[in-house]
Amino acid sequence: MAVIDESGVSDTEGRKTGWAEQIPVQYWVVAILLLIMPAFASDFTLYQIFGWSFILGMIALSLMFLAGYGGMVSLVQMTIAALAGYMIAIFGDSAITDISQGWPWYVTIPIALIVAMLFGSVVGWLSVRTEGIYTIMITLAIASAFFYFTRQNYVVFNGFSGFNGVLPPNLFGVDWRGSKAFYYLTLFWAVAAYLIVLYLSRAPFGLALQGVRDNPRRMAALGFNVNAHRVAAYAFAAVIAAIGGILLTWQSAQVSPGTAGVGPVIDILIIAVIGGMRHPIGPFIGAFIYVLLKTFSIDVLTSLGLGGERFQLLIGISFLVIVFWSPDGILGLWDKWRQRSDKDPLRDAGESNL
Amino acid sequence: MIAAAVLLWMIFAIWPDWLVDAIGRKKIFLNALFNGITLGGLYFLVASGFTLIFGLMRNVNLAHGSLYLLGGYIGFFVADMTGYWLLAFPAAFIVVGLLGILMQIFVFQKMEGEDLRQTLVTIGISIVLADLMLWSFGGDFFNISPPQWLSGPLTTFFVTGAKSSGELVYLKYPIVRIVIFVASVVIGLGMWMLLNRTRIGMLIRAGVDDRDMLSATGARIQVVFIGVFAFGAGLAGVAGVVGGTFQSVAPGEDIRFLLASLVVVIVGGMGSIPGAAIGALVIGLAEQLGSVYFPTYAVVLTFLIMVVVLAFRPQGLLGRA
Repeated sequence: MAVIDESGVSDTEGRKTGWAEQIPVQYWVVAILLLIMPAFASDFTLYQIFGWSFILGMIALSLMFLAGYGGMVSLVQMTIAALAGYMIAIFGDSAITDISQGWPWYVTIPIALIVAMLFGSVVGWLSVRTEGIYTIMITLAIASAFFYFTRQNYVVFNGFSGFNGVLPPNLFGVDWRGSKAFYYLTLFWAVAAYLIVLYLSRAPFGLALQGVRDNPRRMAALGFNVNAHRVAAYAFAAVIAAIGGILLTWQSAQVSPGTAGVGPVIDILIIAVIGGMRHPIGPFIGAFIYVLLKTFSIDVLTSLGLGGERFQLLIGISFLVIVFWSPDGILGLWDKWRQRSDKDPLRDAGESNL
Repeated sequence: MIAAAVLLWMIFAIWPDWLVDAIGRKKIFLNALFNGITLGGLYFLVASGFTLIFGLMRNVNLAHGSLYLLGGYIGFFVADMTGYWLLAFPAAFIVVGLLGILMQIFVFQKMEGEDLRQTLVTIGISIVLADLMLWSFGGDFFNISPPQWLSGPLTTFFVTGAKSSGELVYLKYPIVRIVIFVASVVIGLGMWMLLNRTRIGMLIRAGVDDRDMLSATGARIQVVFIGVFAFGAGLAGVAGVVGGTFQSVAPGEDIRFLLASLVVVIVGGMGSIPGAAIGALVIGLAEQLGSVYFPTYAVVLTFLIMVVVLAFRPQGLLGRA
């Protein structure tokens, strides 16, 4: 509680001095760099590397929100994202005209978000009945059920091949699949999701959720409805994942069962863990590293004398290394390094484990 | 009771015409039923190691499917090179069991009590193992062929129908599936005996209930952990040989069997051996009968069972709350 009070005080002080001065200078540098990126980066970098990182980062952010603040490691976030993509394809436009309804975007996007939220809530309701590692198992099973179901259902989900030709609407006369436009689109939503999660983590709901994570029985004794908080967290995370899923569908112009296969589902967990689950920036760092590895792994691997197809090995080993030496991911490494450099060698000699 | 009576009648009676018209021939039904039961035996072999490890160490070993697949590959190469099918079982058991010991000593002992971290590590191990196996064995399908004396069908005493001359037609079923099913029942009973009738079993059961208290009484719990992990992993290896004989060994089977054992232990109850048996039977039957009677949604049926169990009995059919 002391920590919360302190941050509350510093918040009010911050408001007196103006919000702009409260933000550290590094944030300004990153923000400006991201905004002027299209001036010097190539189309490939903007669309494939940054666009994809922002999208995967958002989906991993929804996992980070559940796992970091709620203590629930849910593997269905990629499934929810794919479901939202499917909704866009089924109710909107795609190359599969037999199934696609061709409704306008202002109808399909809300439908996609609502369906994804409902699905997320149902999954949440099923999995909050169990705890901890059980959640991983149950959500993994649900995610693979979705994969098999979409692969076998041809009436609605068009089976194995899924949908292609799913394009974003031509809003304001902008081609949103152009590299610059798509970059800003994904940047906008990624920043929005980041700020909302950051805000929510300090709002009463987020604090209650963290309380539920740390001690559900005490929170229940205090009068909080533990399961309602958890299901609400699932619903909120589903919306973020759904936005990411819609953008992902637009980026590749297709959605298929493989979008939410067991591999991609696990990849989202890897991204969140590599980045770090303690702060909303972690998933984006993780996604950036993952995309870099995936894009340039062929060069890295051939330089190591291995075949270019050993990407899974590379990602698996880096994941193992991270989990082994820094359970908090890259962010944890950063914290450790900061602590080490801040330490007074004379005074803190015996407290290396802190 | 009525359901059991109807089932018995469906198994032993000669089906009247209206029933054949409604759901197809009896031979198809009996075959699906037997395939379901024998597949359940295979699932039990995979899932019992998984549930044993989970029950004692609270370690969700998501690399269990990779151990299964590794066992299958080892079994194939041993059987292929030596020509003895039976030799494949001890070889797979020992090699995969040794890998299990290494994993327990060098990985899981270092992070004891950190459930989530252990689970994450097993995910990493399964990714690395899957790619290493793809690298060394390629993407081909391997079939472990059973020896001469086990191949071919066995005429059982189940009647599938009667010819117009009044002569009864009996069901023919592959011997190897029957033998393997009997073997998995024997292994299951052996495990039950070991757990409930021996000193080691007592140690393990005490560890499942309260491992801190057990280690406080002076039992060398780390040795028990290593033993159980090796046994569970070895069982997965043996199951790999069985699966390679039933079906085939190929990349991707690891995830399939990991998911199968996940669903089996979720349905049956985590950490419970009888639960794994019941869950394996239910899932095996659902898969096979489903693939005959609702071909499109057979896989979904198994997950539907899981969701229903979760909704009404979150701890599983035989799990403790």
